Amino acid sequence: MILGYAGKFLDIDLSTQTIKETKFSDEILKDYMGGRGLATKILWDRLGAKWETVDPLGPENLLLLLTGPLTGFYPGGRTCVSGKSPQSNGVVGSTLSGEFGVELRCAGYDGIIVTGESEKPVYLFLKDSDVELRSASDVWGKDGKQTVSVLTRECRGLLGTRYPKYGEWKEPAMLYVGPAGENKVRTAVVSSKWAHAAGYGGYGAVMGSKNLKAVVAKGTGPLPEVADIKKVKRLMDTVCNNVYEGELWRRWGTGGGGYEFGHKTSSEPIRNWQEEWHDEKGYGVDKFENRLWMKPYWGDFGCPTTCLKLAVVKTGKFKGAITDNPDYEMQAYLGPNLGIFIPEENVFLASLLDDLGLCGIQTGNVMGFAAELFQEKILTKKDLDGLELKWGDAEAFATLAKKIAYKENIGETLAEGTYRAALKIGKLKKMDLLPYAVQSKGISIGAHGIRSGQDFPDIISYACSVQCGDHTSLASLPLDGGGETMQIFNDSGVYCNFNSFGVPRKIRFDFYRAVTGLSLTREEWCFTNALRILQLQRIMLLLGGPDLTWNPKIHDDNPSRFYTPLPTGPYKGKAAHKAEVEEYKHRYYEAVGWDKNGIPTAKILRKLGLKDVEKALERISYD
Amino acid sequence: MLVPGLEFPHLCAQCEDYPCVKSCPVKALSISEKTGAVLVDNKICIACGQCIDACPGRVPHMHPKEKYIVICDLCNGNPQCVKVCQEGSWNVLRVVERGDEPYRLYARKPDEITKDLAAKIYGEGGGEYL
Repeated sequence: MILGYAGKFLDIDLSTQTIKETKFSDEILKDYMGGRGLATKILWDRLGAKWETVDPLGPENLLLLLTGPLTGFYPGGRTCVSGKSPQSNGVVGSTLSGEFGVELRCAGYDGIIVTGESEKPVYLFLKDSDVELRSASDVWGKDGKQTVSVLTRECRGLLGTRYPKYGEWKEPAMLYVGPAGENKVRTAVVSSKWAHAAGYGGYGAVMGSKNLKAVVAKGTGPLPEVADIKKVKRLMDTVCNNVYEGELWRRWGTGGGGYEFGHKTSSEPIRNWQEEWHDEKGYGVDKFENRLWMKPYWGDFGCPTTCLKLAVVKTGKFKGAITDNPDYEMQAYLGPNLGIFIPEENVFLASLLDDLGLCGIQTGNVMGFAAELFQEKILTKKDLDGLELKWGDAEAFATLAKKIAYKENIGETLAEGTYRAALKIGKLKKMDLLPYAVQSKGISIGAHGIRSGQDFPDIISYACSVQCGDHTSLASLPLDGGGETMQIFNDSGVYCNFNSFGVPRKIRFDFYRAVTGLSLTREEWCFTNALRILQLQRIMLLLGGPDLTWNPKIHDDNPSRFYTPLPTGPYKGKAAHKAEVEEYKHRYYEAVGWDKNGIPTAKILRKLGLKDVEKALERISYD
Repeated sequence: MLVPGLEFPHLCAQCEDYPCVKSCPVKALSISEKTGAVLVDNKICIACGQCIDACPGRVPHMHPKEKYIVICDLCNGNPQCVKVCQEGSWNVLRVVERGDEPYRLYARKPDEITKDLAAKIYGEGGGEYL
């Protein structure tokens, strides 16, 4: 057995309510590591043969909650949520922070594989190897904060009764879905601790479709044994010291972004990306810090960065709203993107979306899309049940968010996500509405634009990414640079990106070697392991189905808005150029071993040891 | 952290009257002369759990695998929690001289501490999240 792994995975079939343990061979763990990598492998092995027909929201889809060998060791442990995505019909490795991954590994498991569909709402409760499915009828329909309260109370009570002489139990870790997940909204998230969410991919809907409200874990054992404990401790110190020096992240997290990415880099979505520049000083981080942050440092277990800040609205109309920072993505998508430039209103919307279990990025994007259609008079007051969706009206957007979460009237259409909503409304209005949809292959684009050229994504980052609009997995060249392949490493080792900024890549591979005792070099990872994961993700994305498939010739592209020149700001007039994108795209295709149509070649698959996948190439269709 | 955002260390307050030590039926608990911390003799402890009930804050907890109670021993005067807290320059924890204070008041149950913190941070009604 490879060191650094607990060695066991839980395999749960909700249809038959059976709980089994399963293992993966050393070769698989060595090749795919964990998290996103292993998720790709599991999905391919179990669903690959019938991928096109698997309904992401049906019982045959898998919900994967996986950790990696570095979870709990590398500071800032996370959990990777995956499955067939109801947004892209491909695979997204969506990670969220919190103690869940660490508790799970201390309980003796590296991950949980959930399949089937429970007849009644259930939640999974595990304390070490005692695993049980319990009725969730008490919490079904409850919002995020209520779910956490009720289940924490219930599970601590259970632990107290079962182990009366233990003393006070620290609360177990929990992943859960809100009402949006229960209602299978495609922009729903899997959440933890009120404000953390695995957003990209829409796995809240997958969890909800299985009638699984929550997974609660308590582990009392130690983390798995590692190869060189002294070295691991030394490396942990190195990473922590690096973080302690970066005072900016600790103090403000990404909270400064709401102003900076608009003002300095001109890459913030404003009114559904009609603009990307603003100079609203009232939206600066100082306003958030002085007026809203009740706690300057809020972090999860073992995290030296603590980029979270506890934001509470204390007075006024939105009194009682609680969320984290909000971080930059929430600040942007639930702020300027909806024409909102008041910190309190932003916190209110972020808090509401946390409660409903909606993804701030995906839902912020689709609400911005709807508001622009209202601005253009394509959607009328009548279409929106009397709602006047004016830019900057936080309460109107709150009403719309609730409609989306509960799938009421127009909400039912918008709950399908921006791309599907654009097709559906377009059909109704007999117009092409895709120019208003700022997304890539079904997934809304992260709040980092490419037009000004000043932000970190490249012009092909979203167009060619196997995780589509995901701003944390960006296609880029060179392959062994700090981009996509290293992001696959973070998501497969399953720890936080933010603790890897400024940490030399060598340290991260040293970490892997010290934990597992295996050898792995940067070259091996970037040109073999990561590339193998990338090919599998790409093939499953191109197979797609059942409702939508992607044609790389059409869909490996930026949203058309990114080709429209920026109307304002210091980078006015700048835009992405189609010819440049095409040229870069083909260089990228070549580097990752895809043909000119963007399909992985048999040659690269054979080289990476994916011979069995070759046959699937015949199944990739173009319409 | 029974309510997200409300973290606090739930540790031994070293009550001046040491109710845990008094409650031990086998005298497995003693008081360190150097630091005033409660020391556990793992070999004598019978894991009866009486000290947990005697503690006003229910601070002691059982070792999850072995049969003895775990109570903070202040790392023999060099508490490691304080060390890492200061290394990270959080400076939330610090070592103080033991004085003539009612330390027992600091020994509180997690629910009680959470309730007060909730009111302080989340405002009135914050306790309802518990």
